[in-house]
Amino acid sequence: MSDIAPASGALVGASDLPSTAADLHHQFEEIEQQRDAGNMGMWVFLATEVLFFGGLFTTYTVYRSLYFAGFEVGSHLLERPFGAAMTFILLGSSFTMALSIHAIRMGRRKLLCALLLLTIILGAIFLGIKFTEYAEKWHEHLVPGLNFHPTVDQLRGAPGDAVDLFLCFYFFMTGLHALHMIVGIGLLSVMAIRAWNRSLSQANYQQLEVSGLYWHFVDIIWIFLFPLLYLIGGPR
Amino acid sequence: MGVAVAQVSPPTGSRVHYLNESYGIKSWLFTTDHKRISLLYLGSITVMFFIGGFAALLMRLNLLEPAGAIVQPETYNKLFTMHGIIMVWFFLIPSIPATLGNFLVPMMIGARDLAFPRLNLLSWYIYLVGAGFTLYALISGGVDSGWTFYTPLSSIYLTTHVLSAATGIFITGFSSILTGLNFIVTIHKMRAPGLTWFRLPLFIWSMYATSVIFVLATPVLAITLLLVGLERVLHVGIFDPAIGGDPVLFQHLFWFYSHPAVYIMILPGMGVISELVTAFARKRAFGYKAIAYSSMAIALLSFLVWGHHMFVSGQSVYAGVVFSALSFAVAIPSAIKVFNWTATLYKGSISYQAPMLYALGFIGLFTMGGLTGLFLASLAVDVHVHDTYFVIAHFHYIMVGGAVMAYLGGIHFWWPKMTGRMYPDLWARFAAFVIFIGFNLTFFPQYILGYLGMPRRYAMYPPEFQALNVLSTAGASILGIGYLIPFVYLIWSIRYGPEASPNPWKAKGLEWEHSPSPPPKDNFEDVPVVTEEAYAYAASEPARV
Amino acid sequence: MGALHLALVLWQSGFPLRPEAASTSAGQVDALYFVLTGITLFFTIGIFLTVFYFMLKYRRRSDDYIPPPTQKSNLIEVAWIVIPSLICIFVFAWATRLYFRNAEPPEGSTEIFVVGKQWMWHLQHAGGQREINSLHVPVNVPVKLVMTSQDVIHDFFVPAFRVKMDVLPGRYTSEWFIANKPGTYHLFCAQYCGTLHSNMTGWIYVLEPAQYAQWLRDNAIGESITQIGGRLFTAFSCATCHSADGSGAGPSLQGVFGSPVSLAGGSTRVMDEDFIHQAIVNPNSLQLPNYRPIMPSFQGQLNEEQILQLVAYIKSLANAEPTSAER
Repeated sequence: MSDIAPASGALVGASDLPSTAADLHHQFEEIEQQRDAGNMGMWVFLATEVLFFGGLFTTYTVYRSLYFAGFEVGSHLLERPFGAAMTFILLGSSFTMALSIHAIRMGRRKLLCALLLLTIILGAIFLGIKFTEYAEKWHEHLVPGLNFHPTVDQLRGAPGDAVDLFLCFYFFMTGLHALHMIVGIGLLSVMAIRAWNRSLSQANYQQLEVSGLYWHFVDIIWIFLFPLLYLIGGPR
Repeated sequence: MGVAVAQVSPPTGSRVHYLNESYGIKSWLFTTDHKRISLLYLGSITVMFFIGGFAALLMRLNLLEPAGAIVQPETYNKLFTMHGIIMVWFFLIPSIPATLGNFLVPMMIGARDLAFPRLNLLSWYIYLVGAGFTLYALISGGVDSGWTFYTPLSSIYLTTHVLSAATGIFITGFSSILTGLNFIVTIHKMRAPGLTWFRLPLFIWSMYATSVIFVLATPVLAITLLLVGLERVLHVGIFDPAIGGDPVLFQHLFWFYSHPAVYIMILPGMGVISELVTAFARKRAFGYKAIAYSSMAIALLSFLVWGHHMFVSGQSVYAGVVFSALSFAVAIPSAIKVFNWTATLYKGSISYQAPMLYALGFIGLFTMGGLTGLFLASLAVDVHVHDTYFVIAHFHYIMVGGAVMAYLGGIHFWWPKMTGRMYPDLWARFAAFVIFIGFNLTFFPQYILGYLGMPRRYAMYPPEFQALNVLSTAGASILGIGYLIPFVYLIWSIRYGPEASPNPWKAKGLEWEHSPSPPPKDNFEDVPVVTEEAYAYAASEPARV
Repeated sequence: MGALHLALVLWQSGFPLRPEAASTSAGQVDALYFVLTGITLFFTIGIFLTVFYFMLKYRRRSDDYIPPPTQKSNLIEVAWIVIPSLICIFVFAWATRLYFRNAEPPEGSTEIFVVGKQWMWHLQHAGGQREINSLHVPVNVPVKLVMTSQDVIHDFFVPAFRVKMDVLPGRYTSEWFIANKPGTYHLFCAQYCGTLHSNMTGWIYVLEPAQYAQWLRDNAIGESITQIGGRLFTAFSCATCHSADGSGAGPSLQGVFGSPVSLAGGSTRVMDEDFIHQAIVNPNSLQLPNYRPIMPSFQGQLNEEQILQLVAYIKSLANAEPTSAER
């Protein structure tokens, strides 16, 4: 991750980012060390997130094995097309995120900003769909604890408690994920602003890499959530 | 605590160091200097320690009489809950890592600060917010769930302030996680030139192992508390069997964190003991690598034994066997350390200032506490002593006879480095004796009480248990006095104690040999280069690694 | 003065180190406990003495003296890893063997049903006799307690018998013992259960056979627990669907206790006490192929004691021949 020389001659003129180095914080000896430390810090943080969601996934797994019938019925109450759309949107946003790292390596500020904006918009669309789903569940009276009155048709013979529990996990797991998404969008917005006013540069983009790591992680969590919640059992 | 230090007048000679390089409350509340942050923590956890200790005093006074001497059962239940919550999460877990760890990790590895100083300050503020929620729960009527929050009692049946207490603990957990993250990155990336892993002081090894547990175990507690909160607020059936939940699942989730947590509480103490024994015997640690590897082994194994808290919970007997075997295994690395510390004394040159007295007390008391753990790991015996005073005696021998004594030993050892002052050693040794005697009188009778059958968390008990309870309470009073004595003379020494030299113990280590007492803001004049092993006291130490 | 009084009290009580040993397993547990105590004292005192010895012999005489370099020894390192490991393996093996021997009750144990609730114990004998916070048992007879909680987790602890087991809501747990010494012994709740946890105590009365028989007669209530269960089975209309010949909307329960049951969805469960409890309070969670899931839940209508009485009744049907080809 040392400074990458500008790409081949054709792109030299395209770079309009100054190559100011990052500020070296006083506790570090070299910029290299600072970058390494920052990266390692983010990886350690992501490890804590794995354990955090892991506890939740474990609890989910225990109850799914105990109440498979109820979980299957609950899963069929969710809209698979929405879930699939959200998955593709999030994957797309990870793609644009990765491209933005490529952009800054080439020193292309406007492309960088565009890609970051696109990533944020895709994230926002994801959240929009999610909150639409939540609203729909509210109208269907399927929100555990607050507004849960399933009809007999919806339950399709499964025990109400198990469907209640499934939906509880649905809201909690996707809600926690959405919270992380909101933080991620905030983070990327700050990155976008810094990209625009040139605080980020070809020589100084570690914050972006670290934000990208976080974004990819949140995406991976969704990759697990989607099949676990939306794809239980066969077709309806 | 922080305010008092800020007003210290510069020593004669007006050397500038981290305590006097800036003045005023803002320079403390917005500091990013790891040394100042360690003192901010020191003050906060001392306050929490005395609150938790006061609860213990009231409990022991109540137990003077079989029918309960001074409080109703409702109040007693709140007392033992707050004692547990405060002592575990607001005193023991942060104690050595957040005070001594914060101060020493950068200094011992030759760095100017931790990897993320602002994150370090944030950790302290998060701790305060968490403490605030928990103290709110205390003041607004208390919690009576026990520090273990077993469901469905805590999630459905209790009407006390479970939610605020759980919120306080949840928030404080992030303080631990960030501290652990900071230490891991610092130790990996910021060691001075020449400081290879196997030249690190053993305190650093134990802080590293502790940080691994911080980072991996605490998030599981966080999610568990969230689930309890969810059930309390929304009445969904996660742990409530009436609507399909499994109360024993809570126990698995809770102990998956809480067992590693007890190693968070003892590993740093073991690191301190390694430093004290080598310094006061003026010898290299007998089995350096054995001690270092043992720290990592304890951290790893600690994640595999949680079920030994659940032998009579209704879990399968086969699960019990697996957890029992692994629990025996985790005792071995601790035993290795005790033997190595003892062997380090052989042919040493031993002096008995207060820190060493604490270290020696630790070695004996931790040995007893650790071996009584074998009783609990033994399935057939645990059936009888589980949830009795035997368990209470076991973990207090380790947490108080072990961890707190190591903490006090470390505070006394590094006090001249941290404050530039010496405390009166005679008073310090006297206090160490009082604490040792008081401690044993308090907790040894509890082993016997436990085997006789007295359950824990009892506000009242059958009359035949009274004599041992009275003995225990007498011990607790002595122990309480013992803790007050250092509180008084340490604070006194800040203003009136004699100035300390850079290395009053003539100890080895970057913090002693390359930095004055107190250190300057950036710890060292220039980056030290390390060329020798840790504790290279003897001139002709054979080169290793 | 207080100290003298204390010393006198302890002296008079004979410095007890263990509770009375009143069950067949108590002595075995005590033996292991005392060996562990011996190991603990050996190593603790050993370490303390060694440390004291080194402290005196190697005390610092001169501030300038630097001791000679530490000799390392892999042999010593290995020795003190191997020897403690062997001790641990020995203790583990002994404790585990003892645990397994005490895990399963003997066939034909007298069953007593226990319901813990905040903050008392309700017990019922097979013959119908009820007790609150006390349990009368005959000496030298295996007794098995089948236990559940009405609310939070409790624990049935009898120190004199060295037995303890958590008592859970929504599930049955059990423990067993053979009391071999007549007398009166403490019963404690040993899992913190709320405000009056320390009051949730009682007494176990171990009686000679003749006395026990007399006690049973004196406390009989005119029907056995299976008869009470049978009454409930009719009163709550269970018999309407679960008719003996299988012609009702639900399966016959004749002779099925203890047999495997195939559930809708393919899995199999054994029809034990837990299964029946679940079927009564949460029937939709146990759907059978060939039967519509129309059984209502009886949660809130039947308390845990009544469910236990029904369980006892259904168990008693195990001796009857199944009368339909369905199962």
